[in-house]
Amino acid sequence: MCQSPLIRFAHRSPNTNIMASAGGKYYNPEFQNPDDRGCNVDAKKLEVPLLELIRRTSTDLPSDIEDALKAGFRREKAGSPAKTAFQTMLSSVELSRRESLPLCQDTGALVWHIHYPDGSELLPVEKAIRNVIVKATDSSLLRPNAVDPISGKNSGNNLGEGSPILYFHPWKKKTWEFNFLMKGGGSENCGAQYKLPDSALGAGRDLDGVYKCVLDNVWRAQGKGCAPGVILVCVGGNRDTGMAEAKRQGFRKLDDTNPDPDLGKLEKRLMEDCNKLGIGPMGYGGKTTVLGVKIGKLHRLPACYFVSISYLCWSARRRQMTISGEKVKFSG
Amino acid sequence: MISIKLPTDEATVRSLHIGDEVLLTGVIVTARDAAHKYMVTEKPKDLDPILRNNVIYHCGPIVKKVGEKWYMVCAGPTTSIREEPFEAEVIEMYGVRGIIGKGGMGPKTLAACKEFGAVYLHATGGCAAELACAMTEVLDVKKLEFGTPEAFWVIQVKDFPCTVTMDSHGQSLHAIVEEESKKVLESLLK
Repeated sequence: MCQSPLIRFAHRSPNTNIMASAGGKYYNPEFQNPDDRGCNVDAKKLEVPLLELIRRTSTDLPSDIEDALKAGFRREKAGSPAKTAFQTMLSSVELSRRESLPLCQDTGALVWHIHYPDGSELLPVEKAIRNVIVKATDSSLLRPNAVDPISGKNSGNNLGEGSPILYFHPWKKKTWEFNFLMKGGGSENCGAQYKLPDSALGAGRDLDGVYKCVLDNVWRAQGKGCAPGVILVCVGGNRDTGMAEAKRQGFRKLDDTNPDPDLGKLEKRLMEDCNKLGIGPMGYGGKTTVLGVKIGKLHRLPACYFVSISYLCWSARRRQMTISGEKVKFSG
Repeated sequence: MISIKLPTDEATVRSLHIGDEVLLTGVIVTARDAAHKYMVTEKPKDLDPILRNNVIYHCGPIVKKVGEKWYMVCAGPTTSIREEPFEAEVIEMYGVRGIIGKGGMGPKTLAACKEFGAVYLHATGGCAAELACAMTEVLDVKKLEFGTPEAFWVIQVKDFPCTVTMDSHGQSLHAIVEEESKKVLESLLK
């Protein structure tokens, strides 16, 4: 039990009841024709579950990630710094969940992928997201993380040019799906974009070349990205789309199956070999260097072969919320 | 577990070796990117009494102000290597005995630890709630205009847990792990 008076006073106890004020229809899911605007969500009402989505993402880990940390703990030798590191991680996660405290002080870049019923109005939803981000920053669920690169001034509320990062994807379904990722900055610094062929690595334009890039990147990161991380990769695409696609891989569950069998095989091989590096949690040395490797692909230009790699720290904060009529469901 | 009271002295620091797990009690001061640049370029004198024989923490916390008082909500370590261009000079200039951070630092800092008697202490990254629990009071804040993550937070800590990963005898656990993992990497890339 935490005895620090700081925690007790700083703690926002009412947060666990965010959803108490939720309810009623967010939109009419029975709409027939998008043109009649039946799919438009009530943006003001939406702020309640959106804030709860941020709270859950910031203060609790997805269960597959936590299970992977527990497995890592079991693998390390008693008395080793690696074992202590896993133990501290697991007890800190437990404390964050119980006290509704952010898992990490770096609440990261706020990445949203939103699937919406085709034809819906998006501007009110974007505004609702911006409003709840300000609220979540005020209630210490998020750290003020948007800094002007020229003046060095922190906006103080996480809003800024390019912040938050929003992607909207139309679909034929009549549900809204909000996928939210909080991507820390320390791990972001460990990402890289390789351009194949790479003669220094002896990496050609094939999956064996991709394998070499990923191993090299994980070795370069050592413990600096808060190992053991989830390694997010995109093969192909352009400089911008490749990185975005790599990051989007962060929404995948650790135990899922890649729809592309060749990429699935490569994920497995990389997971095994990255863990042979022996970097371990926090770079202390140990048996678990990565929790997972997730690889996507995008069509490339004939001249370009990029391998984009994004390092997701062990505090892999991702969540999903779906809204259908008046039903709100959280998962992840 | 080795308990260390802050401020400390050179002899205590020299007795520490990589792999030692320590608990710090006393006053520590957060400083990250803007703060390090400021210390080295502006050389502020008012930091001297709080840093000498004390410990710097690479951390950009989540803080909350209630009335006139500041509280630490979450305060885990940030990646230390960004301060590599500045840290050796900071250790020399302010007589700092320890640096808490994550990910380790480079040869320049390791050499300064050896020459001036300092250690690098690794805190577990991402364990912001657990580490904030070891903080009992925010005593002061300086340069708040840098923004809350970048300001100097002067914090009272009790049994703050960390591991020595770079000592004052030229040993770095990070250099060892890097070297050993490089051998594995080379065999896999063949």
